[in-house]
Order: sequence, then structure tokens, then C-alpha cells
Amino acid sequence: MAGIALDGKVPAGALGEKWSRHRFDVTLVNPANKRHYSVIVVGSGLAGASAAASLAELGYEVSCFCIQDSPRRAHSIAAQGGINAAKNYPNDGDSVYRLFYDTIKGGDYRSREANVYRLAEVSNAIIDQCVAQGVPFAREYSGLLANRSFGGAQVSRTFYARGQTGQQLLLGAYSALSRQIGLGAVTMHPRHEMLELVVIDGVARGIVTRDLVTGRLHSHAADAVVLATGGYGNLYYLSTNAMASNVTATWRAHKRGALFANPCFVQIHPTCIPVSGAHQSKLTLMSESLRNDGRVWVPRTQGDTRAPAGIPEAERNYYLEERYPAFGNLVPRDVASRAAKEVCDRGYGVGATGQAVYLDLRDAIDRVGRTAVEQKYGNLFQMYEQITGEDAYQTPMRIYPAVHYTMGGLWVDYNLMSTVPGLFVLGEANFSDHGANRLGASALMQGLADGYFVLPATIGSYLAEGARAPAGTDHAAFRAAEQDAEQRSRRLLEVSGNQPVDHFHRELGRIMWDRCGMSRNADGLREAAARIPELRERFWREVNVPGSGGDLNQPLERAGRVADFLEFAEVVIQDALARNESCGSHFREEHQSEDNEALRNDADYAYVAAWEHRGVGEPAVLHREPLEFEEVHPTVRSYK
Amino acid sequence: MRWLLDLLSTSIGKKVLMALTGLFLVLFLAVHLYGNLYLYAGEEAFNHHAESISGNALIRIVEVVLFLSIIAHAVSGVQLTIRNRRARPQRYRVKRRAGFSTLASRSMIVSGSVVFIFIVIHLRNFFYEARFGRAAAGESLYRVVSETFALPGYAALYVIAMVLLGVHLAHGFLSALRTLGIEHQRYTPVLRGVGLLLAVGFAAAFASMPIVFFVRSLA
Amino acid sequence: MTLHLEIWRQPGPEAGGGFVSYEMDDAVPDMSFLELLDVLNERLERAGEEPVAFEHDCREGICGSCGFLINGRAHGPLRGVTACQLHLRHFEDGERIVLEPWRARAFPVVKDLVVDRSAFDRVIQAGGFVSVNTGSAPEANALPVPRADSDRAMDAAACIGCGACVASCKNAAAMLFAGAKVTQLALLPQGAPERRRRAAAMVEAMDAAGFGNCTNERECEGDCPKDITFANIARLNREYLAAKLTR
Repeated sequence: MAGIALDGKVPAGALGEKWSRHRFDVTLVNPANKRHYSVIVVGSGLAGASAAASLAELGYEVSCFCIQDSPRRAHSIAAQGGINAAKNYPNDGDSVYRLFYDTIKGGDYRSREANVYRLAEVSNAIIDQCVAQGVPFAREYSGLLANRSFGGAQVSRTFYARGQTGQQLLLGAYSALSRQIGLGAVTMHPRHEMLELVVIDGVARGIVTRDLVTGRLHSHAADAVVLATGGYGNLYYLSTNAMASNVTATWRAHKRGALFANPCFVQIHPTCIPVSGAHQSKLTLMSESLRNDGRVWVPRTQGDTRAPAGIPEAERNYYLEERYPAFGNLVPRDVASRAAKEVCDRGYGVGATGQAVYLDLRDAIDRVGRTAVEQKYGNLFQMYEQITGEDAYQTPMRIYPAVHYTMGGLWVDYNLMSTVPGLFVLGEANFSDHGANRLGASALMQGLADGYFVLPATIGSYLAEGARAPAGTDHAAFRAAEQDAEQRSRRLLEVSGNQPVDHFHRELGRIMWDRCGMSRNADGLREAAARIPELRERFWREVNVPGSGGDLNQPLERAGRVADFLEFAEVVIQDALARNESCGSHFREEHQSEDNEALRNDADYAYVAAWEHRGVGEPAVLHREPLEFEEVHPTVRSYK
Repeated sequence: MRWLLDLLSTSIGKKVLMALTGLFLVLFLAVHLYGNLYLYAGEEAFNHHAESISGNALIRIVEVVLFLSIIAHAVSGVQLTIRNRRARPQRYRVKRRAGFSTLASRSMIVSGSVVFIFIVIHLRNFFYEARFGRAAAGESLYRVVSETFALPGYAALYVIAMVLLGVHLAHGFLSALRTLGIEHQRYTPVLRGVGLLLAVGFAAAFASMPIVFFVRSLA
Repeated sequence: MTLHLEIWRQPGPEAGGGFVSYEMDDAVPDMSFLELLDVLNERLERAGEEPVAFEHDCREGICGSCGFLINGRAHGPLRGVTACQLHLRHFEDGERIVLEPWRARAFPVVKDLVVDRSAFDRVIQAGGFVSVNTGSAPEANALPVPRADSDRAMDAAACIGCGACVASCKNAAAMLFAGAKVTQLALLPQGAPERRRRAAAMVEAMDAAGFGNCTNERECEGDCPKDITFANIARLNREYLAAKLTR
């Protein structure tokens, strides 16, 4: 694959016409023939469930797999804030073009124009679809849909269902999927983990899964494989991701030939509940909608241990408002996160660990009253109290950034197909439309755009045109893949060391957070690059995975995922080292202005970095997809 | 009729049957109580009332519906209880109350069974005697009643059964309405009050008779 | 703080189970209940023993994965809280805590505290949806929905499908779960065309799965981590009855 030329397959024509033209140009599959094509969908979150349901509605024979006990539990369910669309209901100047422009700019000009435009274009249809499914979006007294401004947008384009938008959208997609399962059009395999992608003659032909209850390995063949397996934020051990979120499916696909794009673009969310102790298993996000009404501050004196209420106004540093007067507390996530880290690193942090800043809703409560604040954010205050035992109506919340979303993922072309023909990648699992930073309320939009509207339109072309050699699961490649998966499990069980899996995961997370977190530098990255193989080696020598491979074995599941993280971490570091610029979530300390703002380098780095696997421990090979900006001209992203 | 059988085979269908028959039995209790109160009006008034209703054709028809209701209520109650027990084959070692269940709600099958047994004995002692036995042979029904109530065993059984009837109604009335889908945040509290009033009222009024007659028999 | 745990251990669906005691002297009040189990499991793994299997994922109270009986209460003693959001500061130092899996015929034990809740999925598959294909939706604002209805639909839609209602109910009934979905879709005009068919189909699926039936005791509401109200069950009854009487 040395001389690989990455073809994004972006259709010709004006930006606004590309998608509609492309939809006309793609080869259609005759309705009567669709049932002869089988598609495997791995993952049942927003992207996976919506894709599986939509493909089944079209008539394809669909199998869907998820690791949870029910497709309804995919991590999309935890998204709180909302979903963007360019409906312009509030008449505040929004449009498809503005949503496109904001997303490109928010992503710090590291995403493909045509993809982002398409995303903005289909955003409205998503809202229509979800409302028709019975998603109870917030409404005005008129009975019409309500909108709010969210996460750095200057228009109100975010649709929401209290603080549970992800849940409601997922339950909508799940209901559509359930309907197809009930009709027999989708075969659902819950509690199945994909362990291998089966590639025959360079084409994706199926997968090998482990039944997590019986431990049995199964081969599944299909005409196309769709991965919608989410992001890899748990590489950092502590993140806002669900405990089972992992990189395994995409990593195994990567090892079978799919290029991995921009792995170092990891979003660190500014408003999470800070770490409280060593036992901490995950971090909880407080919806950033709180930043609409909350003010972020730290004391002006270092190490000020006074109770927040006792600190007079003059001694409070509302650092976001001071530094970014135009956007204030609503600057994009990467900017807000970095600013928090900076004030804490300089010793202004609050709370027992000094790794937190205040998010204060006092002024909002004074302005609109407690009841109004309660109506808007009641569940968040409740959640905060459950976790910290503190009443945020009385004392400001303490927040700190945490790993939240990964913009990087498997490289895909405009059709969402990876570099392995027949392997499609959707949602957070692909390298996505978010460039180097994702705007709030855009992840749900992208997941559903991919699943409901993009893939169903593009997959037909591949199926109709693809040369189909009917490969059954009796093909030798399936046997080989099963053996690989089997051996891997056996090896993990046979190490019989004396350290639990989490021990290594925690250590890996620490390295990644310290060296490849909110800010990175070459020395730190090189140090991480040296420590990761050593840690991996120790893992394979000292890990203890009790039990057998023949039943429900949660340590074995975790061990497999951590083993993959330990391999994957290296390409993340490699990507971060190779990108000698600061852009979006990727802040290289060597590349900053005098007032500590990120310095992007469009001359040398306006490309997608797509990495090719050459073996564990071997350096990956970089392939570049240049990013051409025909419509938007990259400017310095300023929120001042 | 297929739909009806269909309905009665499902869990909610059986519950609806229980609710309807239950409410019908509550209505019957009211009529029955009205009749019984003639006991306090003296022998002549009571016997006159008793004769007037036993000669009424409409009452005869309603009686049949009544018997069928009692049987349907009991049978579906037992069926549902069995189904519910089967739904949890293994019990918890520790189980604590979480919400709003009461002793009454948890013991419906017990209170219902006792009341059912009582009804059988009661029918033998009064209904049978009135229609086919001593009263049908010309004896005063009032005398039959007062003699029966003078038996300490029967009077005690009657009082206990009436207390359990009250307990049964304390949950049963509102539960029946809910099963029929009647639930409203404004009216449900009122209906709960009505249910409790009926429970206490019926239990006290019916139980007063064996007590009064038993005490009188001592004098 | 020190806690004495008594946990139901069961190696597999067919195997018998029993309670095993564990002394936890390294508990911290700021820990969540699941983090306490993490600490226990790490200890067991270090010793080469099989850790306690329990279901969990998001750990922020929304995925519905976690849940078991904690001292006889589904998700523990606090109202409106899932096990993952329950922190040890609500327990006394030295307390004895019994952990049991959800017990219901429709929720067979898979291992230790993990049960199979796929019966819930089957209930939804029977009718818990609006039959709208992708792409055929009308403009979202074409159909106004009174805000009060929308809010009440959202109240019902907040169900996370954890199964606490079934676990808590003395009859192991799934009426609160099914009632919440039926209510959500019955209150919205989008769900109206199918409301009769939906109610009938979901009740039949519920019966087929082996759940018990509701005796209107409202225990489910008390243990529901999302405060789904009991009124949803009356609505399910109403919808079902209307379906059966009119179809």
C-alpha cells in the first residue's frame, strides 16, 4: 500500500450541489435485488442503529451487533446537550451555509469541505425524522420546537430533550431498529463483540465475533461491513465515555488494512466533574449548556482556600470573559479546556486537588430566579449533588476538563467507505466531519446523518458495482481470523501474572493524559513513545485474567480492549508528533503565539493524516489527503 | 365473541374482569347493606323486606349475575396470583418496601380467600335458609338471623370476615379503578378517600349486626 | 469506612448460586457503589479469583445497564438514583449490605449479578415505535404538540430500561416499563395512528415473556431511578382496553 493515493471521492460541482448530484449519480440497486445483499452493522448507537434500521427499511438483509445486553444502551445515550440543525426557526440568521461554516471553522480547518456541507444539508431532515419517531424535543407554548444556543454557536440552532437529548435520539433510532428486528429484517446480536474483520482479496467480507455469554466465536459473512463502534476516548482511562467504549473494532480493522486518520485529535471537554480520588472509574460530564448561564472563574490569588462565597467580586478572575470578550464563557471546547488547564497549572485551581475551576450560576439565579434555573438545569444540579454531595444552588460547581470525544477515526471517503473496499465506517468511529475539534451538539447530528441519510444512499453504489465473490464463512480466511481471535484470548488467559487489567489501563491513561492531553510537546510525546511499548510488554507478562474463555468473563473482555489500546496508543503519539502545528484540540506547545493562542500551519499541515499499520511496535506509515478549501478560506480562529 | 375470550386470556384482560366484577360486588354490598339495615327496624319490617325481594324476578336474575361475578372474581384472582408467583420463581433474601404498598395491597389473596370462605358459609346460613330452608318453610327469617348471630362462633367469623372485607376494599376499590385506566392526579386522591370510606363503612355497618344481636342474646 | 458485603454469586445460568461475604475495609465515602465493586474485583483479580460479574457502562445513570438489589431495594435506598450514581456516603460505617440480582422468570440470571433483560427488547419490538421509514417524515414543525403533552411524553420517555420496576414489583410485572413507552407515544400526535395496535401488541409480548401483572401497589415507582410515575400503568390499561374494545 506504499504508493497509496487517498481519493476522497468528492463529487465535482459547486459545494451546494455535490450531494444532490452525487445521489443522482450513484448506481441504484433494484428494489427486488436488495434482499440479496447482506450488510453487517457493528454497533448500535446513533450511527449504527439508524443505519441498520434504514438499510433494513430499504430491503437489505441486515445483521447488527452490539456489546451491550441491548442495542438501547450504546454510549450515544449519554449525550446530554442537544443536536444542531439549520432550521433557522428562531429567525436569527442561521442557514445550511452558516452551520457548514461554523463547523469547518470550529474544526480549525482540518475537515473536508464537501463532507461538512453535506452534514449541514441533511441536518434538517434528521430533526424531521426524529420528531416523526416520537422524540419528545423541547417545545414552546405554541407547540412548536424550541431551540437554544449551545457550545460556542452565535445562533440558536440546537434542538434538545431536557438534558437527555442523546438518550431520546438513541431511543428513537432504537425504536426504528426494534421495528425492523420485529419484522425479521434485522437479525440482532446483542452481547457480541467484534474481534476480527475478515478481508478476502482486499475486500471486507465479514467479521468474527465473540458471544460474550458463551465465549463462543462466530463467523459472519456479508457483502459489506459497517463499523459504527464509537470513539476511543477510553485510551485515557478516565474519560466521559462509557466503561465499555473501546477501539477494538476499528483497531482490528486498521490492522487488516483500513487507514486510521488523525488519531491525535482528541476532544477534551471543559465542563466535567473533577477527579475526587484514586478509585475513580470514570468522569462525568456536566452539559456545557451550563456555560450559557454559568460564569467560569478562579480566585485572583494563588492557592486561595477561602470558600467561594467568601471571595469578593474584585478577587475573582473571570478568565474566559477577560480573555475572550466576544465569546466569553461560550468559547469552543478546546479553548475553554486549555484555559482551565493553564490557570490550574499556574496554581489558581480550586478544590482539594487544585485541579478544578468554578462554574458559577449565582448571577443567573439572581437574574431569573432559582425556579427558572431549576427548570433548565435541574437534572444537572441533581447529578452534581449525587456525585459530589454539594448543592450547586448554594456554592458554585467545580469543573475540570476531561477526555470526551475523538475526532480521529478510520479514514473514509465521501461515501463513508474506508480504504478497505466494502468496509464502511460511521459516526465517531470514522475520522469524521469535525476536523481538529468538534462543536457542541454536532456529534449527534453526524451520527444520525451518517446512519439515516448518507450510508443508505452510498452503500448501494458499492453493492451494485462491487464484484461479488460469494464468500461463505467456510472460507479459509474466516478460519484464520477465528484462530487469531481465539489465540489472542488464550494468550491473555495464560499470562497468569499478578496485576489486574485496570492497573495497566490506568497507567496507560496517565501517560496519555500527561503527555498527549490538552497540550503536547515533542519531548513529552517522545517520552510517551518510549514508555508505551515497555508498558505493553509488561502487560503481556504481568496481567492476570482469571476465569475461562468459555463463559461471561468481564476481565477477559477488558483485557482484550486494553491490549488493543496499548497498541493503538503508539499511532496516536506518532500522529501527535508528526503534526508540527497547533490546531483545534491538538495544541503543541512549540506552536503558540505570545499570548498562548494556537498557531496553525496551513502551508504544511492542511491535510488529513492517515496512518497505515505495519505491525505492532513498527512505525506506521503516513499517507496524506490534502484538504482543499474552495469555499471557505482558513483564517486564524479568533474568539476574542 | 372471539375478541372477548382473547381479552380474558391476557393479564390485563383478567384484571379488567376482576375490576368489573369487584366493582359490581361493591354495588351489591350497598344494596345488601340497605336490606340488612331493616334488622334494626324490627322483625316485621325485615321479614317484609325479605319477602318482597325474594319475589322479585329482576332480583332473581341479578342473583345469577352476582354468583357468576363472585366465581369469576375468585377464579381470575387465583389465576393471576398463580401467574404472579410464577413470574418470580426465586424469592429475594432481603426485600424492602420501596413505594406505596400496604398490608392491604400485599394480602389481597388472603383477605379475598377468607371473604370467599365466609360467603360460602354465609350463603348456607342465610340465603339457603331464606330461599329453601326454614324461612321458606314459613319461619321468620328475622328469627333465623338472630339465632345464628347468637352463636358465638358464627358471630366471630362474621366480624372477622367483615374486617377483612374492609381490608380488601381498602386496596381493591382504587385498584379496580386504576385497572380500568382511571387515574388522574386531581381525582385519584379523592377516589382513594372514597375507597377508604367504603372499606370502613361497609366493614363497620355489616359487623355491627352480629355484634348487636350477639350482645342482645346475652341479655 | 468498612462495609460488609454479601453478594449473590452464581457461575452461570444453569448453575446454583449462593451468597458470599466480603469485607471491604478500604471503602471511601466519595466512591460510587460500583467503584466499591471495582475495588473488590481488583482485589479478587489480583488473587486470581473470578471477580463479581455485574453490568455497568455509562456510570452516569442513563444507559440503564447497572442495577441489582442493595439491601432489598432496586438500585439501593435512595430515590431516583441508579446504583452507579449511589455513593457510599449514604451508608453507615460498618453496615452489612446484601446484593442480589434482579429476580424474575423473564430476567434469568446470566452470572452473579448479571441478568438477561432481552425480554424488554422484545416488548419494544412488538410495538414500541412509530412506523415511519427514514426519509418519509414531514417537516418537524408541521404538527404542533401542546407543550404540556410534550413534557409529559418526555417524563415517560425518560425510562432507561434498567428493569428496576420488574425487580421491585412483587409480581415481577413489566407494566411500568411498557406503560411508559405506550404513554410517551400515545401523548404525541406522531404516535396516535398506531396507539391501539401498539398497546395490544406490547401487552401480548409482555405476557409471552413471562412477566407478572400489576396489582396496583406502586412499588415500582418507588424504586424507579428515573421517577417514572405509576400513572403510566393506568394509561397502559386504558390504552389496552380501548384497543381490545374497538379493534
